[in-house]
Amino acid sequence: MSDSTRSDSTRADLARADTARPSLAARLPGLSALGPLLALILLVALGAYLNENFLSAGNVTNVLARSAFIGMIAVGMTFVITSGGLDLSVGSMAAFIAGVMILAMNALLPSMGVGVPLILAGMGIALGAGLLAGLGNGLLVTKARIEPFIVTLGTMGIFRSLVTWLADGGTISLDFGVRQLYRPVYYSGLFGIAWPILVFAVVAIAGQVAMRHTRFGRYCEAIGSNDKVALYSAVNVERIRLMTYVLLGLLVGLATIMYVPRLGSASGSTGMLWELEAIAAVIIGGTALKGGYGRVWGTVIGVLILSLIDNILILADLVSPYLNGTIQGVIIVLAVVLQRSKSSA
Amino acid sequence: MSAAPERAAAPVLELVDVRKSFGPIEILHGIDFALHAGEVHALIGENGAGKSTIMKILGGFLAPSSGAVRLDGKPAPYATGAQAEALGVVVIHQEFNLAPDLTVSENIWLGRELGGIFLDHRAMRAGTQALLDELDSPIRPEARIRDLPVSDRQMVEIAKALARKARVLVMDEPSAVLTHKEVEVLFRQIERLRAQGVALLYTSHRLEEITRLADRVTVLRDGAVVRRAGRGELTEDGMATAMVGRKLEDIYPAKRHHAGAVALEVKSFSVPPLVKDISFSLRRGEVLGISGLVGSGRTELAEGLVGLRPASGEILRHGVPVKVGSVREAAACGMAYLTEDRKEHGLLLDKNLAVNLTLSTLARFGTPFIDAGREEAALTRAISDFDIRAPRRDMKVGNLSGGNQQKLLLAKTMLGDPEVVIIDEPTRGIDVGTKSQIYAFIDALAAEGRSVIVISSDMPEILGLSDRVLVMRHGRIAGELEGERLTENAVVRLVMGTNEQASGSASHV
Ligand SMILES: Nc1ncnc2c1ncn2[C@@H]1O[C@H](COP(=O)(O)OP(=O)(O)OP(=O)(O)O)[C@@H](O)[C@H]1O
Ligand SMILES: [Mg+2]
Repeated sequence: MSDSTRSDSTRADLARADTARPSLAARLPGLSALGPLLALILLVALGAYLNENFLSAGNVTNVLARSAFIGMIAVGMTFVITSGGLDLSVGSMAAFIAGVMILAMNALLPSMGVGVPLILAGMGIALGAGLLAGLGNGLLVTKARIEPFIVTLGTMGIFRSLVTWLADGGTISLDFGVRQLYRPVYYSGLFGIAWPILVFAVVAIAGQVAMRHTRFGRYCEAIGSNDKVALYSAVNVERIRLMTYVLLGLLVGLATIMYVPRLGSASGSTGMLWELEAIAAVIIGGTALKGGYGRVWGTVIGVLILSLIDNILILADLVSPYLNGTIQGVIIVLAVVLQRSKSSA
Repeated sequence: MSAAPERAAAPVLELVDVRKSFGPIEILHGIDFALHAGEVHALIGENGAGKSTIMKILGGFLAPSSGAVRLDGKPAPYATGAQAEALGVVVIHQEFNLAPDLTVSENIWLGRELGGIFLDHRAMRAGTQALLDELDSPIRPEARIRDLPVSDRQMVEIAKALARKARVLVMDEPSAVLTHKEVEVLFRQIERLRAQGVALLYTSHRLEEITRLADRVTVLRDGAVVRRAGRGELTEDGMATAMVGRKLEDIYPAKRHHAGAVALEVKSFSVPPLVKDISFSLRRGEVLGISGLVGSGRTELAEGLVGLRPASGEILRHGVPVKVGSVREAAACGMAYLTEDRKEHGLLLDKNLAVNLTLSTLARFGTPFIDAGREEAALTRAISDFDIRAPRRDMKVGNLSGGNQQKLLLAKTMLGDPEVVIIDEPTRGIDVGTKSQIYAFIDALAAEGRSVIVISSDMPEILGLSDRVLVMRHGRIAGELEGERLTENAVVRLVMGTNEQASGSASHV
């Protein structure tokens, strides 16, 4: 008798748990998910404490605008990593696209003259080059079935050497007149917010929405989680994977469009180590390196953390800025340790 | 015969008033439970009753929330599975605990490798071979786990446990994925260990196995012990009734299918390298069983039909040839396949129920944005239609009990509303009560005019469900049985290839 009442009440409990909405606490991200956000807040507080100029509009704009390039790339990288891939070529790709874009604009200058159409043509070429570069990486990974690490290690070397070759070992410079016209794309903005920051914000928000609320994002997570299950579940695994690389290529193109007006040139050392910063930002933000779980807003925070460290070291003059890499490295390792303690708990 | 529990010697391993909660939900409510040397103790209960949880607590893989685990009358001095193993308490898990990229031999010796600074590969391979020989298993010690079918993986898991020289051996549904012959081998090993004085814990949803093996039976329902019995005290019906808490009627539906027009025709279909020249047809409202040994090419055939493997030959739907190159194209032709390997191919164990449920039909849940409300509604319906018992609906699917995972997988497959459903091992790891639900469900599919192919190694299931049975052997159709000729004997003969008539029909198919 008592057995049957016991089991009935447990059934009822189960049923209630089935229908109850997850509690507020369950819906909020856990403490470990908020870790990067806390770290960011701590860094901001530290910066403000060390230097009163830290929170000035000028400095904030500076930090955010510099974050924007890596940030856009890192958002694309989040999708690649979430679906179980990796792209080491993005830094070299940015340099290569910048080189191609500048050379093309210089070449088009005599026929088109200095004007908005020329700038637009350059932007189109950058996006096109990004798309093709991403498509190349993606096809090698999906059709030729080569490990993403190997493919992009290869294309990283190829893009880097191509831009060095195009620049003949030196620097490719945009024509001075065109540069004057193009400059505002980096240096001016809307409502006092610089264009790169605005574009980055749009990319980040769109990325977050795509990851959480669209099929594409869901499929990326499914593929990274178990690509066999995705395949058996009628997901077009190859196409989604390909799309992540193409998306990343396009975003590298977009980042380059925002970057070129800053210096007006490209060389063999443009975009050096961007790939590592982008990957680090993704990991710090809580995306699993082995794939299966992506968090775009985390990536944005990761990017901000990395550039804040840089900025604080320069402003505060506490330790040598040469130690920047050390501190970033410590933060990356810490982030991964925190993630692990979450998953084993 | 019936060893009265009271008279037995002191238990080797014991649970005393053990409770276990995951978060706010208590799963086990004060379990008292003991294992004795030289005895097979069977733990039975519905899906989600808490069997695996008890076994994990016994093996040191989970700590109880309250209560005690006692080894030889003293509090068990282990806190991890590895420590328990060192003390001779070995668990064969329901989920495979093998490293997929390592070889059979490497897995068996994992953590206890032979050799000094350098590994003694030869000795380990020889030891593995000896173990596998003892199990009558043709598996090669060098094979990678990833490349093995599930039944072979289970045999490796068993071999691994045997290599551990257990005092207490805990087995969580070891027979669920095994063939008849392999189950016999397993039983011989269990009987040998019992004779050697090992304390054994066994669970299975096949109650005839319990009758045959168990010296004691403990029945669990919703996390509490509801019945204890010695050998021979409980009939299979009695066990089922105790487990489910109500009387179970005949679990197979009555044969009643009125087959309609031909819905699917398969002509000289081959799935290299094994499956060759398969032809059959399937009518609307028909349940077609496919029987055969593991390795006879049943799963390969099914995977070929839905575009998961490169195949040649013709597929006609309603008389029209269709091209099926992927699961998506199969779905577009109204065909769906439910995999036999739910952990590797079926479910995303790290994701929650809703994500898994809607994965293959996500396009119906809104474009461009997924409508979370509709997903939740679909989950609510699936939970009630398929009686999925989930302590929390936002939990990871990997934390569902095995049977509830299977029900979720079934719900996922049916969400696409397919006309032709191929179900590979529909009730693997499913309790009797749920089995009859699933059988009724398959029956209802056919009654609605859908066509169902059931692949199963479970003979009563094949006989009880199918209107017609195809038997496969070595990648070919060995025969087809229907009506009067559809008997257990006839199927077994075809499966084994010991029938004159059958080999005759095989040559002309
Ligand atoms: N880590 C976990 N977190 C939350 N709930 C869990 C966890 N592990 C198990 N459960 C729940 O505990 C209950 C008992 O699960 P258990 O796996 O022990 O069932 P079982 O009797 O082995 O069932 P089956 O016959 O299906 O294998 C289930 O409701 C399951 O969902
Ligand atoms: Mg279980």
